[in-house]
Amino acid sequence: MRAQFILSEIGIGLRRNLSMTVSVILVTFISLTFVGAAGLLQLQVSKLKDDWYGKVEVSAFLCPTGSAKAQCAAGEASEEQIADIEALLDSPELAPQIEQVYFETKAEAYASFQEYFAGMEWAEMIREEDLQASFRIKLVDAENYQVVSDVLSGRPGIESVEDQRKIFDTLFLVLNRASVMTVGLAALMLLAAVLLITTTIRLSALSRRRETGIMRLVGASNLFIQLPFMLEGAIAATIGALASVAGLWLGVRYLITDWLAQEVVWVPLVQESDVLALAPLLLGVAVLLAAISSLVTLNRYMKV
Amino acid sequence: MIRLENVTKVYARGARPAVDAVSMEIERGEFVFLVGASGSGKSTLLRLMLREERPTSGKILVAGKDLSTLSNWKVPALRRQIGAVFQDFRLLPNKTVFENVAFALQVIGKPRHHIATVVPDTLEMVGLGGKEKRRPHELSGGEQQRVAIARAFVNRPPILLCDEPTGNLDPTTSLGIMRLLDRINRTGTTVVMATHDDEIVDQMRKRVLELATGELIRDQHRGVYGSTR
Repeated sequence: MRAQFILSEIGIGLRRNLSMTVSVILVTFISLTFVGAAGLLQLQVSKLKDDWYGKVEVSAFLCPTGSAKAQCAAGEASEEQIADIEALLDSPELAPQIEQVYFETKAEAYASFQEYFAGMEWAEMIREEDLQASFRIKLVDAENYQVVSDVLSGRPGIESVEDQRKIFDTLFLVLNRASVMTVGLAALMLLAAVLLITTTIRLSALSRRRETGIMRLVGASNLFIQLPFMLEGAIAATIGALASVAGLWLGVRYLITDWLAQEVVWVPLVQESDVLALAPLLLGVAVLLAAISSLVTLNRYMKV
Repeated sequence: MIRLENVTKVYARGARPAVDAVSMEIERGEFVFLVGASGSGKSTLLRLMLREERPTSGKILVAGKDLSTLSNWKVPALRRQIGAVFQDFRLLPNKTVFENVAFALQVIGKPRHHIATVVPDTLEMVGLGGKEKRRPHELSGGEQQRVAIARAFVNRPPILLCDEPTGNLDPTTSLGIMRLLDRINRTGTTVVMATHDDEIVDQMRKRVLELATGELIRDQHRGVYGSTR
């Protein structure tokens, strides 16, 4: 009896304020899509970090012939210099930081270069002499790059030390800023959603003042009087949240899985399953918004 | 059943009290008229008994509950013990007669089978048998007030508060409403009725409490409306 009655009251309320209900759904949809997009960006960043930081190497490029650097004044790195560097890498200062060292000769560099850029016309013009031999150093912890770099830089025979992480850090910075902006927009939209839900509940309460007046008079409990209004807000917000989950899922499906993932195969990208993992969060935010709005409104407009 | 001890109600600070140091006791099963000119404090007194207002000072006991210490969440339980009828009926225009009366039971969570038996009985009792499917605008004023009384009484409250229930009705119709209230009173329900209607008061010969500018100036058993009108 109670449940059926409350449900029919909710139905009446939602229909009576149809345009408001639709606007609540749209605003929560848009705001939660922003929240979800920010979440997906962060997931993407952490996926890339996991994937790339594991692969990141510090590369110590050895002097080629004709380098302008002071430490390369003696021309191409000699056997002794290479042995010195190897000894240095084995020293107690660096050894604990290093997981693995791999020496790439010029011939190997050339081979992998040609393999990577196979079929490119310009790549064929590069000769083996143009490339550098290098130490590829894999660190135990990619964050400790600076220590290794400081020791190796400027040593005779080493032209330059490069950390691949630097390349990614710019990308991560861009992605992080993008997610900050998205979160900012999301916050504004969420504020709009709260205000709209508040207004909707208030209108709904006003348009049913006669009913609620009688309910109070005959001794209906506060919960019973307020529940339909709260559920109205919650239902609208939940529909908005579901729409945003669907929107994000479709977005990931068509933009990433079906398109970007086909074009860019070398990075791990967010997937539909990530959207589904975010879904409970989005629904939770929606319900929280509705709950806050209802509590504020109903306390103000529907006293015993 | 209802006891007021030195009750004062001041709406705005510094204003004249709407109810000024009123004490009264109404026994179970009594029929009491509250009379007095407009603004004498009749409605305020009823609102205080319903705990729609809290007294500025003094103590009010209704159905064994001390309203000055009653917490908010217990107010619904109090109101289930009190039926209320108003001059303007306060019916829901988009619900039928049956639905209007059933509404009062639905919103306090009564089971459907209970509603299905109690509502027709109550409608029969107030003389609206056969008009269950009408809507309020299809009824006369007297019939609308009967619906309102049915709604107030359907849960069989021990107390019925009526604020000028005949205020919008012609004398003949009013008489019918009074007969109905008298019948309800005979079932053991305490009835408190605020009214302007001297004819009715003089005819019924019930206890009369007269208010003037918020003060209780007369408490007369088998009383008449009086001369202060």
